[in-house]
Amino acid sequence: MTSSTQNTSSAAWLARVTPVAIMATLVAMAVSIPLTHAFAAPGDPGVIATLLRWTPVIATGFGLNLIMSFVAVILGTASGALLGIAQISTIGWVRKSAFLFTEFFRNAPTLVLLFFCMFLLPFEITIGDTTIPFPPWMKAVVGLALSKMAYVSEIVRGGLQSIPSTQWEAAEALGFSRWDTLWRIIIPQCVKRMLPPWMNTYAILIMSTPLASVLGVHEGLTMTRGAISAEGRPEMLAPFYLYLLAMFFIYTYPISLWTIRLERRYAVQG
Amino acid sequence: MWLAIEEWFRWLYDAAGINLTIFYDEYDRSRFLRGVRLTFELSLACIVASVIIGLVGAWLQGSRFRVTNALVRGYVALFRNTPPIVQLFFFFFVLGGIFTFQTDSGTWRLSNFAWAIISLSFYYGSFNIEIFRASVEAVPRATVQAAEALGYTRLKAYIYVVLPLAFRFSIPSLGNNLVSLVKATSLAYAIAVPEVLYVSAEIWSDQLNVPEMMWTLLIFYVGIVGLMVYGLRKLERRLEIPGYSIGRAG
Repeated sequence: MTSSTQNTSSAAWLARVTPVAIMATLVAMAVSIPLTHAFAAPGDPGVIATLLRWTPVIATGFGLNLIMSFVAVILGTASGALLGIAQISTIGWVRKSAFLFTEFFRNAPTLVLLFFCMFLLPFEITIGDTTIPFPPWMKAVVGLALSKMAYVSEIVRGGLQSIPSTQWEAAEALGFSRWDTLWRIIIPQCVKRMLPPWMNTYAILIMSTPLASVLGVHEGLTMTRGAISAEGRPEMLAPFYLYLLAMFFIYTYPISLWTIRLERRYAVQG
Repeated sequence: MWLAIEEWFRWLYDAAGINLTIFYDEYDRSRFLRGVRLTFELSLACIVASVIIGLVGAWLQGSRFRVTNALVRGYVALFRNTPPIVQLFFFFFVLGGIFTFQTDSGTWRLSNFAWAIISLSFYYGSFNIEIFRASVEAVPRATVQAAEALGYTRLKAYIYVVLPLAFRFSIPSLGNNLVSLVKATSLAYAIAVPEVLYVSAEIWSDQLNVPEMMWTLLIFYVGIVGLMVYGLRKLERRLEIPGYSIGRAG
C-alpha cells in the first residue's frame, strides 16, 4: 500500500515537472542553437541579449492579452450567467430564445466573431454629447466575450439542472418564490460545481486572445512578430516564438493545475 | 432554375442593396465553393489525425514505462496551455523553415495547408488523449473482472469489453472537442490557407460587401457545426447503454 502510494505520488511529481522541463529545454535549445547557426553573423548580439532587449515590448503586448482576457471574462460571465438562467425559465419564449442565442454563439468560431465585431461595430459611440472611442482591442474583447458568454450559459444551465428537481418542489412547498429558490437554494449549491468548468473556459479564453493579432491589435503576438521583423535575423525566429509561448505557458499552467485540483475535490463520488 | 436564383439575387442588390455576389457572380461563387471544400478537407484531415494522436497517446500513457507516460503528459500540458495560433505560427514559420530540402527540381517544403493540419491536429490531439484515457478509466472495474471471470484474457477483455464501452463513454467529450476543431480550422486563415474565411475576406475586399459576407460566414459555420452537433447527439442516443449514464454526466 505504502509503496503504491509513493509510486503514484512520484509519478504525479514527474508528470508535473516534465512539461516545465521540456519547456526549459526547448527554450535553452532555441537559445543555444543559433550560437553555432550558419546565419549568425559575427557582430550580432547574443540571443539572450536580444530577447532581453525586446522583453519590455513583448511583455507590454502580453499585458494587453491579460487585460483583454480580464475584461472579456467579466462581460462574458455576467451575460452568460443571465443567459444560462434564462435557459431554464418557465416562460417559453424566453427559454427558447436564450437557447437559440447560446447555440448560435457556441457554434460560431471565435475568429469569425472577432472579424464580425471588428468590421461591424462602430469605432466610437456617441451618447448625447459625449463620444466614447471604441478602439480595436475593445472590439476584440466584445468578440471574445460573446464566445465566452455562450460557454458560461451552457455551464450555468448544466449546473442549475444538476440540482435534483425535488429541491425546487420542497422550496415551493416552504413558500419560497421562484427567484428566492434560485438565489438562496439552487445557486449556492452549484457554484462550486460550476467553478472548474468556468476556469477551463477562462483558459480557452486567454488562449484565444492572440487571435486579435490577426486583426491588428497590438497584443503579444503582434509585438513578437514586429520584433522578429525589426531584428530581421532568421535564427531569432524560434527563440522569439518560444519566448512568447513560454509567457503563456507560465501564466496558464498553474491555472490548469489548480482547476484539476478543484475538479478532484468537488468530484461527485460515484 | 439557377438562372432565376441569380436574377433574384441581382434584384436583391438593386432593390435592397444586399450584395451577395457569391450567388450571381460565377468567379466569386467558384472561389467561395473552393474555400468551403478546403474547410471540409481541412476538418476531415484534422479529425482523423487528432483521433489517431489521441489513441496512440492514450495507449502510450497507459503503458508501464514511466518515461513515455511522463513524455505524453508533458506534451499534453505544453499544447493545452499555449495558444493554438502561436503554435500554428511556430509550426509554419519556424519548423516550416527548418524542414526544407533541396531537390533537383528546386526547394521542397510542406505547404501551409499541411502545416495547418499538423498544428491543429497536435493541439486537439492533446485533448483527445485525455478524453480517451478518462473513458478507459470510466469502465467499471467490476465489468473487467466479470470478463476475466468468464475466461477472457487481459487483451481480449480489453478489445471486446473495455474499448467498446470506453468508445461510448468518450462520444460526448470527443464530439465537443471535434466540434471545436472544426471551428478552429478558421485559424488557418492566419497562414493564408484559402479556406472559407480566407476566400470570404478576398471577396469582401474585392466587392466591398463586408456585412453580407460576414453573415454568410456566420450562417455557414453555425449551420455545419449545428448539423455536426445534431448528428453527434443522435449517435450518442443510439449507442446509449441502459444503466451506464457516465457518458451523459455534465
